[in-house]
Amino acid sequence: MDALPRWTRDQMAARVARDIPDGSVVNLGIGLPTLIANHLPEGREVILQSENGILGMGPAPAAGQEDYDLTNAGKQPVTLLPGGAYFHHADSFAMMRGGHLDICVLGAFQVSARGDLANWHTGAHDAIPAVGGAMDLAIGAKRTFVMMEHLTKAGQSKLVETCTYPLTGLACVSRVYTDLAVIDVGPRGAVVVDIVDGLEWDALQAVTAVALARA
Amino acid sequence: MIDKIAHSAAAALADVKDGATVMIGGFGTAGLPDELIAALIDQGARDLVVVNNNAGNGDTGLAALLGAGRVRKIICSFPRQVDSWHFDKLYREGRIELELVPQGNLAERIRAAGAGIGAFFTPTGYGTVLAQGKETREIDGRMQVLEYAIHADVALIKAERGDRWGNLTYRKTARNFGPVMAMAARCTVATVHEVVELGALDPEAVVTPGIFVQRVVPIPRTATRGAGFKAA
Repeated sequence: MDALPRWTRDQMAARVARDIPDGSVVNLGIGLPTLIANHLPEGREVILQSENGILGMGPAPAAGQEDYDLTNAGKQPVTLLPGGAYFHHADSFAMMRGGHLDICVLGAFQVSARGDLANWHTGAHDAIPAVGGAMDLAIGAKRTFVMMEHLTKAGQSKLVETCTYPLTGLACVSRVYTDLAVIDVGPRGAVVVDIVDGLEWDALQAVTAVALARA
Repeated sequence: MIDKIAHSAAAALADVKDGATVMIGGFGTAGLPDELIAALIDQGARDLVVVNNNAGNGDTGLAALLGAGRVRKIICSFPRQVDSWHFDKLYREGRIELELVPQGNLAERIRAAGAGIGAFFTPTGYGTVLAQGKETREIDGRMQVLEYAIHADVALIKAERGDRWGNLTYRKTARNFGPVMAMAARCTVATVHEVVELGALDPEAVVTPGIFVQRVVPIPRTATRGAGFKAA
């Protein structure tokens, strides 16, 4: 593989966390985005929502304190912060679908320059499909961010002109955080807002399958 | 006198028929009514259509019902998990039908059934394969997909405390689909860990009012097992 300078996963998470304003209600998707919770700056109050019926989700419990009636979307044990609340599934998804969440951060297989998202199914013939809450989150939050590696393991750009994997939602992503750059997507195409230290513009463009504009 | 307390899970499920649509509460193992599922396996009903968020974990609960070959079709949002081997095998062998539904559509279609709503339009899934062949319409400048209510013959749910009128409270995220499934089924059977006298539940804190519940089965508490994820 190439030897491009890269943000680590924790640096990516910290970069996303920087863009989450004080007072936001946020849903962090399964996988990479869950790291963001560890990087919210001190003094910033952010309420985490979990699709299975939590507002005010706290960190994992201490070893031995796990209660499997209190889990996150990945079914792992979590805790409830003071002020937190439980609610049923229709209310939880009304929070997403009704536009009440400020931000959701999702992982992705592919994102298009206009903000189409593919993150639930590779379309492989023998794969068993599973969608969960991805389609509701993608179109429901006020802003949908994606956090993903810039390239696949095979070195293919995950930012694409047109998604080739089955879609999760159309024109729903507004910003993509990768290990190489932060890129706005939407009607104006892909616009680079931040780039990892030491990475030249031409090198970023060379590994990206869509034309990049400067902010 | 109204008394919805059933003396056993078997008694509560005696009249489930072959071919029934059975909603089963739970998100993974949280809120999954294991004892009712075990009783349903013993009861013997077949060709069931099951509605649950997932498709079973490990070898017990919903996974055991699938493994016993009792389920013709499952309506769910997230069947594939690290420990869903019973479902995976049936699916790969073509022995179970899967209707894959975005989780919010699943919850809202169930809620709609309980509220007497035949169908609704939602932006979720528009432009994806899960909306293929469905009616669409532009509403408020946004393309939306028509989704129909999901009704059930029976709902099996897990609650925390209940009384003889069928009023229920839940525990933490084990609540999940219980309250909406209770509304959507002709007959809702709920397990509780404690049966209390009328008036003992704070009326301000009752989550499911008794009108949505037909049978209440007291079950001793056991710790919910973790499942559905890779241990670190």
